[in-house]
Amino acid sequence: MTKRRHHDMGGLDAGPVEITDHDHAPWEKQVNAMLRLLADPKRRVMTVDELRRGIEDLGPGAYDEQSYYERWISSIGNILLEKGVIEVDELGRKMGEIEARMRAAQAEAGKAAQ
Amino acid sequence: MSGQDDHTHDHRHGHDHDHGHAPHPFQPDIEDGPITEYMILTRAIGELMIEKGVFAAEDLREKLEYMETRNPSQGARLVARAWTDPAFAARLEQDALAAAKELGIDAGVVEIRALPDRPGLHNVIVCTLCSCYPVMLLGNSPDWYKSREYRSRVVREPRVVLAEFGTDISPETEFRVHDSTAELRYFVIPERPAGTEGWSEEQLAEIVTRDCMIGTALPKLAME
Amino acid sequence: MTGGTTPNSAETRPRFAPGDRVRVRAAFPPGHIRTPFFVRGREGKVEALAAIHPNPEGLAYGGDGTPRRPVYRVAFRQAELWEGYAGSPEDATVVDIFEHWLEPAEGGAP
Repeated sequence: MTKRRHHDMGGLDAGPVEITDHDHAPWEKQVNAMLRLLADPKRRVMTVDELRRGIEDLGPGAYDEQSYYERWISSIGNILLEKGVIEVDELGRKMGEIEARMRAAQAEAGKAAQ
Repeated sequence: MSGQDDHTHDHRHGHDHDHGHAPHPFQPDIEDGPITEYMILTRAIGELMIEKGVFAAEDLREKLEYMETRNPSQGARLVARAWTDPAFAARLEQDALAAAKELGIDAGVVEIRALPDRPGLHNVIVCTLCSCYPVMLLGNSPDWYKSREYRSRVVREPRVVLAEFGTDISPETEFRVHDSTAELRYFVIPERPAGTEGWSEEQLAEIVTRDCMIGTALPKLAME
Repeated sequence: MTGGTTPNSAETRPRFAPGDRVRVRAAFPPGHIRTPFFVRGREGKVEALAAIHPNPEGLAYGGDGTPRRPVYRVAFRQAELWEGYAGSPEDATVVDIFEHWLEPAEGGAP
């Protein structure tokens, strides 16, 4: 266990700032919106503090390999499972359905483009 | 594109709620590029939350639309008004959310504080621990604000980092870096540049960019 | 000035005032902490009471973060934080720090 946790980076050496930005993809906007709905005082399903804690606990590897919103949704998924809001099995089944739907839609779009 | 998905609802949690087969279920926008596990996970969680009545499809749609309206021009209007109205500037420093409401800007509920630059004082904001940012006033933070490089270095060598943005702050100027570690958000009120005498608020707001309110840029007059 | 936490009180009377010199505790427990590593064990000056907020260390683990507690804007001189810092001697990093992470800088008093 090191004293300085991976996300706690103020003052560390690092390279030049890459002054870039990107338009958020639809799924990224959805992640952001969902977190705000879940953390809303009238719902309080989870807090931004839990989101942050979940991101910190993904560990340094995930922190370096995942993009910003990939870390967010990973944390949100873990927190919701931890709290029993969703269950592993139903999440897995839903993900299977969605993947099938998305691939089918992509195939349709591909055909339409030809 | 599928709208009326033929999926079964899982009622094992048993609570009574009105959900699911709403006439207009949430239809995510089409993604560019390859399908990733994260996209799938995102949509799966979204659908499960709607099925379980945690939030409605309409809530999600409204939230997405609302977030689209958050952009730096809101902050720029506050700065422009502060530059032209010293009493407003004082109120902005006292309570930025209330001052924003005077201009019809709803900047949310999380406290946002204005950091005024003054002659001999320059401010810049960062969140070294994650990415806290005054989103409600400035819109989404840029990727670089969330980067390892910015978060690590701006607290330690702010002038060097600002030089990478093409912004020079003289060694005589006091430089304050503000790390947003608690539930307070900050934005910088840059100094009004010389050569803007007599400008309208609209003209002034145009030169106040997002980066000016982060503190990595200074307002620039457009070249003629 | 001593403030106290009365048993079961929802809020704490602020212990520090603007101008107080404080030191951030040099503790390094695991867990969710909003006191950055770069100020642990460092001395700074209280600029203002920023807010009285629920504790994120509790909120992060599903608690309600009560009792709420004071958060202070604490300024740290850059020249004291970073070896070889090049800039104005007045340059500072200002951090919002929860009261339970702060002690009086001179030691002695509670």
